[in-house]
Amino acid sequence: MEIQPKIETKNLNFYYGSKQALRNINVICADRHVTAIIGPSGCGKSTFIRTLNRMNDVIAGTRTEGEILIDGININSSAVDVVGLRKNVGMVFQKPNPFPKSIFDNVAYGLRINDGKRRSEIEDTVEKSLIEAALWDEVRDRLKENAFALSGGQQQRLCIARALAVEPEVILFDEPCSAIDPIATAKIEDLIMKMKKDYTVVIVTHNMQQAARVSDFTAFMMLGDLIEFDKTDKIFTNPANKLTEDYITGRFG
Amino acid sequence: MKKSRKKKLIQFIGFLALRICLYTVLAILLVFLYDIVKNGGGAISWEFISQPPRRGMTEGGIFPAIMGTFIVTIVTAVLAIPLGMFAAIYLNEYAKQGRLTRLIRLSIRNLSGVPSIVYGLFGVILFVNILKFGTSILSAGLTLGLLTLPWTITASEEALKTIPNSYREGSLALGATKWQAIRTNVLPYAIPGMLTGTVLGLARAAGETAPILFTGAAFYLPYLPKSLSDQFMALPYHLYIMATQHHAIEQVRPLAYGTALVLIVLVLGLNMTAILIRYRMRRKRRW
Repeated sequence: MEIQPKIETKNLNFYYGSKQALRNINVICADRHVTAIIGPSGCGKSTFIRTLNRMNDVIAGTRTEGEILIDGININSSAVDVVGLRKNVGMVFQKPNPFPKSIFDNVAYGLRINDGKRRSEIEDTVEKSLIEAALWDEVRDRLKENAFALSGGQQQRLCIARALAVEPEVILFDEPCSAIDPIATAKIEDLIMKMKKDYTVVIVTHNMQQAARVSDFTAFMMLGDLIEFDKTDKIFTNPANKLTEDYITGRFG
Repeated sequence: MKKSRKKKLIQFIGFLALRICLYTVLAILLVFLYDIVKNGGGAISWEFISQPPRRGMTEGGIFPAIMGTFIVTIVTAVLAIPLGMFAAIYLNEYAKQGRLTRLIRLSIRNLSGVPSIVYGLFGVILFVNILKFGTSILSAGLTLGLLTLPWTITASEEALKTIPNSYREGSLALGATKWQAIRTNVLPYAIPGMLTGTVLGLARAAGETAPILFTGAAFYLPYLPKSLSDQFMALPYHLYIMATQHHAIEQVRPLAYGTALVLIVLVLGLNMTAILIRYRMRRKRRW
């Protein structure tokens, strides 16, 4: 399959107040592929992924420079509606964050706030999204139960279903497995690998094996700089930069 | 060995001191309640709570005062609840968190410490004189509303702060506008907490005398107010009259105690409501 760029950052700089958190980041996330962002804590990988759906807007005193193009359109331009952007670029957070509602209402949430969809339409989409998130079989008989009754791994898949329900083209994962157990992690990794058939996936992780398993491209960041960006195979077998090699072989991090 | 025995002794003395403090407070409260129930209990009858006062308030009941306090508290609630809640929503969710917001928040907290007589005089100037509402239920209710606002705003803001940020972000990430996120994913979980604080504020307002003294409370009215621009009788003010201003103070003393008892029961009822709301909320809360 030919590789098309979906997201492209050009000389991206990002500041929290006067503190610069990202320096000159140039990354291309390929359409319908998985791009992993790895790096030690505090390297800016979460900040980076949150610039892609402008989630950093909610933090006071932040500033973005440079361009982030999604389908060639600069998402920071005044013509772009941030609500529409976030519908198109879904996000799954580090800690599963189900809302204190029923399983059904969690998945339906995005549909209900967006536009007046008919009841049957919502029901269909909820089912479809739960199937896609590999959770349907576990919850089909208890859709009315509170989402907090689910296990951590199930909650995270519920959050994935909730993100899928609004039919985005891009899904951002911000360390989605750092708060759940290995078996649940394996399920979510499976899911991510299947998802790239239909979606562009960007995943932040500090689990290098996870990046190696699920991604096609990997960006290695350190202290706000992009150190190396290449095909995942290349990064993990023959990195060009000494820092990358030191990090993936576990010499620091 | 010796050292640890000394430590234990110090700990024992410390706990004892704390316990004595607690028991002292409880004892004062109990004596106070006992006095009111003992002296006021006899005055309580169906007639007492369902009839207006008669014969220069030496006989009859306190029905107009109960209704007056009830109605004025509703006016207070109508002002303080929406205004306080929306102010808190703005302060916590929308306002840029900088020096100005901190100053505003500090001022609001300080307002809750302003003596109630100051609110009363302010109410006279603003509502009675400038806005020409006269001495009326409206003026008194609005004055009490102002008194309650700092409590409502502060309690509502605290309630909003307990809602995890992940609810807001999770909602925004699905394409909600800021108001949608607040309305559908913050307020439903914050409102019980907001109500708890608000009801406590109302309970305090219901027992206040000074703010209604010049703004609408009447010494004696044998009938119920017919509109918001009428004067009214109120329990705390009635109690004040009966206890200090009446010409036959000894004779009406049981009635004064009875009034105090009714007032305490009313305020206690409001507080219990607040506790009940909070209890139910805690049971439902899952985060």
